[in-house]
Amino acid sequence: MGEACAVIGVGQTHYRSRRNDVSIAGLVREAALRALEDAGLTFKDIDAVVVGKAPDLFEGVMMPEAYLADALGARGKPMMRVHTAGSVGGSTALVAAGLVQGGVHDRVLVVAWEKQSESNATWALSTHPPLTPSLVVGAGGYFAPHIRAYMRRTGCPDHIGTLVAVKDRQNALKNPYAHLRIEGISREMVEATPMLWEPIRYLETCPSSDGAAAMVLASESAARQAPNPPAWVHGAAMRSEPIFFAGRDTVNPQAGKDCAADVYSQAGITDPRRDLDCAEVYVPFSWYEPMWLENLGFCGDGEGWKLTESGATALDGDIPWNASGGVLSSNPIGASGLIRFAEAAQQVRGLAGDHQVDGARRALGHAYGGGAQFYAMWVVGSARP
Amino acid sequence: MSSDIAVVAFAQTHHTGEDSGLSEVELLAPVITDVKEQTGLTRFGFTCSGSLDYLAGAPFSFVSALDAVGAWPPISESHVEMDAAWALYEAWVRLRHGDIDTALVYGFGKSSQVRRADGESGLPELMTLQLDPYYLAPLGLDQVSMAALQARAYLELGHKEDDLRAVAARSRAAGRANPYALDLPDPGDDDYEIAPLRPHDCAPVTDGAAVIVLATGDKARELCERPAWIRGADHRIEAHSLGARDLARSESAALAGEKAGVRDVEVAELHAQFSHEELILREALGLGDDVRVNPSGGPLAANPVMATGLIRVGEAAGWIHRGEAGRTLAHASYGPCLQSNLVCMMEA
Repeated sequence: MGEACAVIGVGQTHYRSRRNDVSIAGLVREAALRALEDAGLTFKDIDAVVVGKAPDLFEGVMMPEAYLADALGARGKPMMRVHTAGSVGGSTALVAAGLVQGGVHDRVLVVAWEKQSESNATWALSTHPPLTPSLVVGAGGYFAPHIRAYMRRTGCPDHIGTLVAVKDRQNALKNPYAHLRIEGISREMVEATPMLWEPIRYLETCPSSDGAAAMVLASESAARQAPNPPAWVHGAAMRSEPIFFAGRDTVNPQAGKDCAADVYSQAGITDPRRDLDCAEVYVPFSWYEPMWLENLGFCGDGEGWKLTESGATALDGDIPWNASGGVLSSNPIGASGLIRFAEAAQQVRGLAGDHQVDGARRALGHAYGGGAQFYAMWVVGSARP
Repeated sequence: MSSDIAVVAFAQTHHTGEDSGLSEVELLAPVITDVKEQTGLTRFGFTCSGSLDYLAGAPFSFVSALDAVGAWPPISESHVEMDAAWALYEAWVRLRHGDIDTALVYGFGKSSQVRRADGESGLPELMTLQLDPYYLAPLGLDQVSMAALQARAYLELGHKEDDLRAVAARSRAAGRANPYALDLPDPGDDDYEIAPLRPHDCAPVTDGAAVIVLATGDKARELCERPAWIRGADHRIEAHSLGARDLARSESAALAGEKAGVRDVEVAELHAQFSHEELILREALGLGDDVRVNPSGGPLAANPVMATGLIRVGEAAGWIHRGEAGRTLAHASYGPCLQSNLVCMMEA
């Protein structure tokens, strides 16, 4: 773990289908300036900048951090670019935290973004390189069979995905930054939308969003000077496993279990449902809530869907998941992981606004990517570890 | 916190100037096996890599590369969309946390895959996509044209084209003596590629991969007879727009060198993809005539994009591993005209 590290500033843009009012530089700067304002700092106070986003093919700008150095105040400073598939937002936060934990810097600005309106992510994910053609269309085409396997394995009834789709959108109505804010969202409304990839319906998937999120991460001495309450990092971990290894369980991946075990052990968590107050978990298709409830140890194998069905993960349940509305309500892909990490921090800082979980003191931030093979997680708390 | 961190093993492919028919995973697998055999390690505390999706023309080129590592049981791993020298930097930071004692770092690139419709290399035009997408990229300025602007700015300080030729001649001769680099002839009388740069002033299209193992303290001493201890590592970026910089100098390299504690360098491996870049970097890093620069031949003799910077670290560490130098410097760069620069100082 190294030196202590805390989140002292969080900034988000409003997430929309198209942010035609800003360039990519304008988008990342909007989030960065809000994070700096929260931290009571300016670009001058920042030691290093770490940025992350999903594949460059999404916007057609190769290694865009070179172009963004000026907009993010990075001239004369170290600037890094992280890319670990869908988990990238989480990994980027961990690389930035690592600079503080490694005693290299005191104040690090971390920014992640996606401007999906600049291209079409589904087709950027469905390329046909020689010898290894993609056999599916988009992420939904890849994950639907895993969801069907989960349903068969656990006897999960057909309506569970719908419950999550409604719950997360109800939460999004309390989050001013959320992209999908659907008044009167209901099971009937979700069930009336088209089937995209059996069993995933249109409203059971995440949207395509433009947006950016940023955090200022600080050493203990820098955190003591921050104007607003810090969120302390209690544990941080990454895990990866191969995509085509025949021995892996793609429904309940070992890398996710190992990553959770690592981060819980660092944070002294033995029963995540009891010891954590809330969680922001990467759920891009509604069915992944029950799947990740099991993978992250919030319940036993085969019990995830029952937890969802009982309402335990709702904002007024005993372990709220995705109080912000989650990836199902806002999905600037490269930023989606960082938003989870940032929302977890806002909960323990007591700054989550209308979607605040009362008295939240410890929260989990989670992101995954690739073929459910890359994981990044952190546990943050209101108390210094 | 652990600050005693060293390069303990290095391996690279025999780089090729054309597609050898091997996939990225096939390039990587033998060199990863090589460092595992050198160190006797099969698992590492952390793994980090650098690669570029645009070289493969597909998203997530690093995903399949993981197959070469043997990531089962699952490993602690990350990736930068940068030269793998920055992956080494991330691993160096991770090792400083003190809870792990080894790290595996690798980078790979098959530039040969980037081809224009007429069969020529498309790499210079590909690099156009790295520019500001609103104001610069639409102008279509390619990598060699940008480098030529910088070379011109440098020559206007009073330097001669023959100075560039001398760098190319020395690099190519050194490359011919390096079994991993390309076999390129002495500079001939070729016409300008883009004035004032001639073909020999530009790094060749190269496919290849490289791997490094880092270790801390006693673990490093156990794995390697003469570890190359990293005494300082730093990187700095400057303005993106060429018009906002003094192209004849490299402020960011000078700053990174200062922060990394550059002094009394015996051997320096510089990530100079064009002859003039070496001369600009020598000045920025204060490397005098007594410093051996790019004895491997450097990028002008082998430039497997995204591994080139990491190879500089491995080559500079090699002098310490062999007991032939006491203090060496490795440098890596990315962005148009040396926009960002990394310096790594190593000692015996």
